[in-house]
Amino acid sequence: MPSEETFEHHDYDVVVVGAGGAGLRAAIAAYEAGARTALICRSLLGKAHTVMAEGGIAAALGNLWPEDNWQVHFRDTMRGGKLLNHWRMAELHAKEAPERVYELEQWGALFDRTPAGKISQRDFGGHRYARLAHVGDRTGLEMIRALQQRAVSIGIDVFMELTVTDLLKDGERISGLLAYWRESGRFVVFQAPAVVLATGGIGKSWKVTSNSWECTGDGHAMAMRAGATLVNMEFVQFHPTGMVWPLSVRGLLVTESVRGDGGVLRNSENKRFMFDYIPEFFKAETADNIEEADRWYEDKRNNRRPPELLPRDEVARAINSEIKAGRGSPHGGVFLDIASRRTPEFIQRRLPSMYHQFKELADVDITKEPMEIGPTCHYAMGGVEVDPDTQASRVPGLYAAGEVAGGMHGANRLGGNSLSDLIVFGKRAGEYAAAYAKGLGTDRPQVATSDVTQATQDALAPFRGEAEENPYALHQELQETMQSLVGIIRVEDELRQALENIAALRERATRLTVEGNRQYNPGWHLALDLRNMLLVSEAVATAALERQESRGGHTRDDFPTTDPYWAKHNVVLALKQEGRQAPELEMKRQALPEPPPELAELLEDAH
Amino acid sequence: MTATTASPEQQEQGWRSGPRAAIQARTLRKDRWWAEPTITGVVLVSFIAYSTWAAFKNADYYAHPYLSPFYSPCLATICESARAGSQVVHAPTVGLFGPWWVISPAIIVLIVPLGFRMSCYYYRKAYYRALWQSPPACAVAEPHKRYRGESRFPLILHNAHRYFFYLGLLFNGILTWDAIEGFHFSNGWGMGFGSLMLTVNAILLWTYSLSCHSCRHIVGGRLKHFSRHPLRFKAWGFVSKLNAHHMRFAWVSLIFVALTDLYVRLVASGWVHDPRFF
Amino acid sequence: MSYDLKLRIWRGDANGGQLRDYVVQAEEGQVVLDAVHRTQATQANDLAVRWNCKAGKCGSCSAEVNGMPRLMCMTRLSTFEPGETITITPLRTFPVIRDLVTDVSFNYERARQVPPFTPTAKQPKAPFTMFQADVERSQEFRKCIECWLCQNTCHVVRDHEENKAAFAGPRFFIRYAELDMHPNDALDRKDYVQDEQGLGYCNITKCCTEVCPEHIKITDNAIIPMKERVADVKYDPLVRFLGRRSRRNGPESLKDWAPGAHHHA
Repeated sequence: MPSEETFEHHDYDVVVVGAGGAGLRAAIAAYEAGARTALICRSLLGKAHTVMAEGGIAAALGNLWPEDNWQVHFRDTMRGGKLLNHWRMAELHAKEAPERVYELEQWGALFDRTPAGKISQRDFGGHRYARLAHVGDRTGLEMIRALQQRAVSIGIDVFMELTVTDLLKDGERISGLLAYWRESGRFVVFQAPAVVLATGGIGKSWKVTSNSWECTGDGHAMAMRAGATLVNMEFVQFHPTGMVWPLSVRGLLVTESVRGDGGVLRNSENKRFMFDYIPEFFKAETADNIEEADRWYEDKRNNRRPPELLPRDEVARAINSEIKAGRGSPHGGVFLDIASRRTPEFIQRRLPSMYHQFKELADVDITKEPMEIGPTCHYAMGGVEVDPDTQASRVPGLYAAGEVAGGMHGANRLGGNSLSDLIVFGKRAGEYAAAYAKGLGTDRPQVATSDVTQATQDALAPFRGEAEENPYALHQELQETMQSLVGIIRVEDELRQALENIAALRERATRLTVEGNRQYNPGWHLALDLRNMLLVSEAVATAALERQESRGGHTRDDFPTTDPYWAKHNVVLALKQEGRQAPELEMKRQALPEPPPELAELLEDAH
Repeated sequence: MTATTASPEQQEQGWRSGPRAAIQARTLRKDRWWAEPTITGVVLVSFIAYSTWAAFKNADYYAHPYLSPFYSPCLATICESARAGSQVVHAPTVGLFGPWWVISPAIIVLIVPLGFRMSCYYYRKAYYRALWQSPPACAVAEPHKRYRGESRFPLILHNAHRYFFYLGLLFNGILTWDAIEGFHFSNGWGMGFGSLMLTVNAILLWTYSLSCHSCRHIVGGRLKHFSRHPLRFKAWGFVSKLNAHHMRFAWVSLIFVALTDLYVRLVASGWVHDPRFF
Repeated sequence: MSYDLKLRIWRGDANGGQLRDYVVQAEEGQVVLDAVHRTQATQANDLAVRWNCKAGKCGSCSAEVNGMPRLMCMTRLSTFEPGETITITPLRTFPVIRDLVTDVSFNYERARQVPPFTPTAKQPKAPFTMFQADVERSQEFRKCIECWLCQNTCHVVRDHEENKAAFAGPRFFIRYAELDMHPNDALDRKDYVQDEQGLGYCNITKCCTEVCPEHIKITDNAIIPMKERVADVKYDPLVRFLGRRSRRNGPESLKDWAPGAHHHA
């Protein structure tokens, strides 16, 4: 019985939850600031979703284009986010990304080089200049290894395969957290005044997703339960190019670099359809004919960019329209063709893991035939509302960085900006968390035993059920709901239906039952994750219903255009009432902060 | 599982030990994993058997102008006497050993190629797997109780592979000379089937030597900055390409050297008449 | 097109276990991990399996399929005979936790023992000037996804548990090679890799290369070059005599180095 269980107990200044790019960077920063730091991850170290990132890290290094600088990067980011980004985050991000990239090199990362021996940079959608530092198409792996090797070599305590279930509070302040070892199912209490959430995304609530099983929105949900707010949750990025065949890999990412390196999109009529989908907003900088678009790869100075390299939301919607209009590929996607445009040697050198991925998983040789691709749920722009400088949430002691934090990317994230986001704000979160913990002196919040007992009892509930609801089945139903009703194109009726479905699933989730014991039991783990997935899904659907316009990663069929009112407002969500049976979301519209004049000036032509 | 915090019992070695999954079978592989080591073993043993026999035979290794690669350089006066009838003087002939010498000179000559191949990174794999069963194939348990690999005497001597490589180059030079001499008949330059055999044999031995891992290292692999040594970088690139086929060169050259010896032997003993092309 | 697939999965823990038979529905184009997931969702909710990306990029779902170490997500069902029973067992070299999950902490401890990248005095601070030709060799080794298949298949520890105390394994030999070939690294780890990490135990039988899902040429491009580099400094009198190779930051500096201890204030 949980009440008799003696808990393993740890005491730290800063506990970082999640060991992807943001978590690792935060832990390194906190540790280097002198804090006693623990890094918790629920997989093995180095397996976090960051390893999946392919294209590169956006940073205005100016190695290929001296005219690139932070101001241009800032402008591109804000434009990509449809000006809904928190200007201060976008500013810090653009300013600090180069230094953070060099730091990776300092710790052993080996980026691809320019002929002059500098870090090479590649083109990506929405970036005016070739800006993405990269290593082939496995940049995320390079980032996570560099950070992981750094973290381990300086001696940070790493807790692997440990899942956090709840944040603990002492009054208003964070006092620690409760977690369980996946291996044994035994609970662990961490007492720590500062917690950095770096738990990543929420994609596992959709059926077609590029996300791994870990992206269950744990951090989003735990933050809400602890009293923090979420912002921009309606904005979910569907990456335009996910694999559609075979079924087993449906949703798996096909990097944007394929298009950056010359790949084009075609429909079943072999037409490069993206020319039909250039929005007014990007007309001035996008080529409107094939000749100019093709010239751009050779001469970027005197030609405009091909429409295949529009921001992801535009491309995903275009692909969606083509498929709906019946011009899709045999397995319900469109064609992404690089085979007819580049030599096999070029493709294998620039896109080795894509070549590998298609060859081994789909038996398709991308140097010989086009790929079949379609949109896949990829990234949550929304997340915990944080202070842009410190990454502090509204709960004292709670910080968030990376995908779990909101505000940086506005309505849509540019490719390459997520990896830079991780290291820029990971570092800030770690530093400020360490400073906060230090500043407390002896006035440290304490973990209350009663909270722990209650939380463990909740967590063990699925073992007491009587084979009523299967977590795997429930998960599948949630995915169906989110995929079909809260997907790329949304409409009021469907969103209401989704909320009803989620409510019904939540009710059923109280009767989840798992077999076996607590030792490495994936059924139990999923049952606990479901609680978070349901809460986050509800937040997304609620926010999506509220925003009556179309912008970036949120498209409403019933409100197909942008609305000037919504250009100035965010949807902010809080959890009004604890209790798992019927969480009640409190929603408010919040005015967007205005950038100072010198930054507003940079955006003038962006309206 | 913690990466860096250790419980008391794991602190000593830093990781936990514990029972492995209770699976008794030596391997669960269902494919014919035993085929490769068996074939490798048969070919290796056959070669060893043949070359030992040929080396101890101490006869029939010279059929003017062909010298068996097993007996080159020719250390015995027998070569001189064989050549005495001709006007041609063979450079590699070293009259070290007289008729008093009863053991075949091939025993001495063969030390270098044998050492080169024994310490070769490819053959090590081949015989460790096929003959020593360490391991016989991937994910198939080896029969030995203890294993120290190449960390101790005598196997640590493999680190001298590069010296056998240098000596091997010397031998390649000698065998190249033999190949040229193989076109040098008593009535002037010409070409017989044996000339071709000796030539191909020399070429194969060169490809085997130049594709060697030590060669790759010496040519450029030990450099830290290729960009500062463009010529060695090119050479390294070339050797690396050859190196990818080292296994193939190892087998082809091995079999061919035995065939060359056999051919010379058959000609010398009169079983076969060497066809002259011109 | 779906069909019935016969699986035999090892179920158990440190106290013992056995192979159990399952028949699950499989679809065209699926991989072994799909079949395991199907089993988990429909017949064995508590079947323990480690996985993350299901795209061959994270290296979590390592197991032995019909006795061969493999990533389950990269092993397509179409590679088996129709009607064939597929046997799936946990990695044999490491202690079992439960079912297909093993305790791979050995590898993380060995990772901790790697003296990290240390820039040269000439270029102490990034951005470094480094050329593609000079980083390319190390880049191959940085493709490693740490699936531990090479560590698992290597007979040095697979068949001899006691060697774990002396032998770091192929994954770490490519790490040492990566650092030794890094154009701006200053440390000399050659004595360390030979004397403390057991490079000499490797008898280059190449099973690591055979099982590497990233197709890294572990033996030819990393281990053998490392053995040659070690020979340069330890076993080749000629190189030591003639070359007078500068042993930048030789073994002396590594003596002071201990994992995690050199940094924190």
